Amino acid sequence: MAKLRQCAIYGKGGIGKSTTTQNLVAALAEAGKKVMIVGCDPKADSTRLILHSKAQTSVMQLAADAGSVEDLELEDVMNVGFGGVKCVESGGPEPGVGCAGRGVITAINFLEEEGAYDDELDFVFYDVLGDVVCGGFAMPIRENKAQEIYIVCSGEMMAMYAANNIAKGIVKYANSGGVRLAGLICNSRNTDREDELIIALAEKLGTQMIHFVPRHNAVQHAEIRRMTVIEYDPTHPQADEYRALASKIVNNTKFVIPTPIEMEALEELLMEFGIMEVEDTTIIGKSKAAEPVAA
Amino acid sequence: MSALTREETQALIQEVLEVYPEKAKKDRAKHLMVNDKALESSKKCITSNRKSLPGVMTMRGCAYAGSKGVVWGPIKDMISISHGPIGCGQYARGGRRNYYVGTTGVDTFCEMNFTSDFQEKDIVFGGDKKLTKLMEEIEMLFPLNKGISVQSECPIGLIGDDIEAVSKKVAAQINKPVVPVRCEGFRGVSQSLGHHIANDSVRDWIISNRDGQAFEKTPYDVAILGDYNIGGDAWSSRILLEEMGLRVVAQWSGDGTLAEMENTPNVKLNLLHCYRSMNYISRHMEEKYGIPWLEYNFFGPTKIAESLRAIAAFFDDKIKEGAERVIEKYTAPMNEIIAKYKPRLQGKKVMLYVGGLRPRHVVGAYEDLGMVVVGTGYEFAHNDDYDRTMKDMGDATLIYDDATGHELDEFVKAMKPDLIGSGIKEKYVFHKMGYPFRQMHSWDYSGPYHGYDGFAVFAKDMDLTLNNPVWKMLKAPWLKEEATAELKAA
Repeated sequence: MAKLRQCAIYGKGGIGKSTTTQNLVAALAEAGKKVMIVGCDPKADSTRLILHSKAQTSVMQLAADAGSVEDLELEDVMNVGFGGVKCVESGGPEPGVGCAGRGVITAINFLEEEGAYDDELDFVFYDVLGDVVCGGFAMPIRENKAQEIYIVCSGEMMAMYAANNIAKGIVKYANSGGVRLAGLICNSRNTDREDELIIALAEKLGTQMIHFVPRHNAVQHAEIRRMTVIEYDPTHPQADEYRALASKIVNNTKFVIPTPIEMEALEELLMEFGIMEVEDTTIIGKSKAAEPVAA
Repeated sequence: MSALTREETQALIQEVLEVYPEKAKKDRAKHLMVNDKALESSKKCITSNRKSLPGVMTMRGCAYAGSKGVVWGPIKDMISISHGPIGCGQYARGGRRNYYVGTTGVDTFCEMNFTSDFQEKDIVFGGDKKLTKLMEEIEMLFPLNKGISVQSECPIGLIGDDIEAVSKKVAAQINKPVVPVRCEGFRGVSQSLGHHIANDSVRDWIISNRDGQAFEKTPYDVAILGDYNIGGDAWSSRILLEEMGLRVVAQWSGDGTLAEMENTPNVKLNLLHCYRSMNYISRHMEEKYGIPWLEYNFFGPTKIAESLRAIAAFFDDKIKEGAERVIEKYTAPMNEIIAKYKPRLQGKKVMLYVGGLRPRHVVGAYEDLGMVVVGTGYEFAHNDDYDRTMKDMGDATLIYDDATGHELDEFVKAMKPDLIGSGIKEKYVFHKMGYPFRQMHSWDYSGPYHGYDGFAVFAKDMDLTLNNPVWKMLKAPWLKEEATAELKAA
C-alpha cells in the first residue's frame, strides 16, 4: 500500500471547507481509498454528511464525561460512515470559554498515541476551524502531521485575504517541518471571472488552483439530508466535480513552499479584477466638514 | 568598612562580567555596583526590576509566588485556592513557615493545600464551573473559614476564565469575601508584581469592607504590616509595641486574620516591616484614610532602639516613655548576649543575597555582633529599595541585583566571606565550597530573628553556623599534610 498522505483543509470561515472536504472524501472512498476525517473545530460539524448525524460526539466531550482523555479507547471516539470513512471530531468548548486550541492538540495527540493512523489508511483529512487563531489550530500542520495543505477559497476579497494569511502560516511551518501548500480549491460564489482571479492568486502564491468547484443547489439538497452529493445523487454532474477534485488530489505532485504576497500586491490584484476600487488617499482622515464641497 | 577598596571591588565586577557574551555583559553590568554612600539616588548606578536573562540561573520566583506564597497565604482564617494545575499549589505549600495560632483544618488553613487541580478537560472547557463547585465544597467542609482568595495560576490567564464573575457569585451565595487575584506567573519579571497584585486585591476586595462600621478606637492603635511571622517574627515584634503602650489592632499577613485586615483603616499608624511587599497597601491607606506609615527595623538592639523611638515619636509622652522603658529593660540582657557572642564573631565578613527587606535590614544586627556585611543584593528589589540600601551599607561594598549563579560563585570566591546568608537554592552550593551558610529566608528553620528575643536567637545561630567545628574537617584526614607527615614519622 502507498504511504499515508495527511492533508489539512484551511480557509476562511463559512467558505465551505467542511462540505467540500466531506464530498471530496466521499469521492475518494467511492474510488476505493481508505480515508479518515479529523474535525478540528469546536463546532464538530466536519463529519455529519458522512455519518448522517447532527454532530458526532467529540473526543473532548467524551474525555470530559469519562474524566480524562486517558480513560478513552479509540473505538469510543471513532465512527465509521459512508464508504468506510473513519470519522473523529476533536471538539472543544462553547464559544467564549476555555481553550479550543488545546482541545485540538489533546485530541490529535490522543489519536496518535492510540494508533488511529494505521497502515490501512490512504488519506487523513484535517478539517480545521476557519481562523488559525492560536497554536492549537496549527497543530495539524506541525511536524509529522499533515504534509499537504489545501486552501478553500472563492473570488471574494476576504476569502482571498484569508488564503494569503494561511499561506504565511504555512511558510513558518514549512521551514521547520515538511508541510507544503498543495493547491487552492475554488469553491465558487459565482463572482465575475472567479476562476481567472483564483488562478492568478494561485500563481502569485507559487501554487495551483487544483480545481474549480462550481456552485450548485444539489450540494444543499444533499446537505439537508445530511448526505454528500456523491451518496445522495451519484449521477449528478456536481458529483463528478468532486470526483474530478478527488482524482486531481490523488495525482497531485505540486507541493510548494508558498510565496505569500504583500497587502499591496493583493490589493492590486483585486483592483485589476474590479473587486476593489482604487483607493482615494486624499480623503483619509478627513471629517465631513473638512471635505471640499462638491461643485 | 569593606573588605575591598572601591577600585578592587570595581575590578572584581569587571572580572566577573568578562565571561558573559557582549549583550549579557552589557545588561548585567547595570545590575552590579560599588556602594557610594554619598549618592542620594540609586538611579544612576544600578538597574533593577528588569527581566532576567535566559540561561543565567536567576533565583527569582513568579507573580503567583508573590501573591499566594507571600502576601495572601499567611492569612490564617481565609482559604487560598491555588487555581490551576496541581504543581503550583503543592510545591508552594508550607514553604515559608508562617507561624500561626489556630486549629488547622477547623478555623485556620495555612498549612493546607487547596487547589482546583486542573486537568486537560478543564483547560479545554474552562474551569469556572469547577471553581464554583470547589468553593461550595470548601464552604461545606470548612464552614469556619472567613473567606476565600482565588490565586490564578498561568493557565487561567491564558484561557480567559472569568474568576471575577465566579467570585462575585459565590461571595453573594456564602456571604463572605471571595477575592479573585490575577497573579498569573507569567506576569511581570519576578515575584514582586505578585506582591503588588495581591496588595491591589486587598485594596479592592477587603480593606474598605468595614468602612462606616463602629469601632472602639484608642489613640494608641497601630497595625503591623508586612511581617510574615517566619518562625514567630511578628510575635517577638508585637510584644515590644504592646509593652511600650501601643495597641496592635492588626498584624498581617503573618498570623493575620480577615477581621484584622478589615479593621486596619481604624489605626493611627501603619508600621511597615517589609516595604517591598506591602508599601502599596500602606500608600493606599495613607491616601484614602490619611493613615501615616513608618518603616521600621527590628533586627538587632541598635536598630530596634532607633525604630522604637521613631515609632514613639508619632505618639504622646506616655508612649515615648514606654519606648525608653522597653529599651532600658532589654539593654542589660542584650549587652550580655553581645558580650557572649561578639568575641566569637568580631570582624567576620558576611555576604547576603535575599529578597524583600533583609539585604539591608539585617545589616545592623550583624554590626551589633561586630560583623561586617561586605556584599548584599536582592532578588526582586526596585530602585527605591536600593536608595535605602545605599545608606545602610558601608562605602565601597558590593551590591548586586538579581544576581546570577555565576556572579554569586565568583564574588564569594574573590571576597572569601566568613558567612553567607541566602536561600535554599544557594545553600548547598556554598556548603560544598566549604562556606558557613545560613538560610536568610526561612532562618534555616530557626527563628524568630525579629525583636530583642529574636536577636538572642540570631546571635546564637550565627555563632553556631560560623564557628561550627565541621568547617575545620572539610579535608579528609588522609589528604591532610599533617596526617601524611605523621604517617611517615611512624
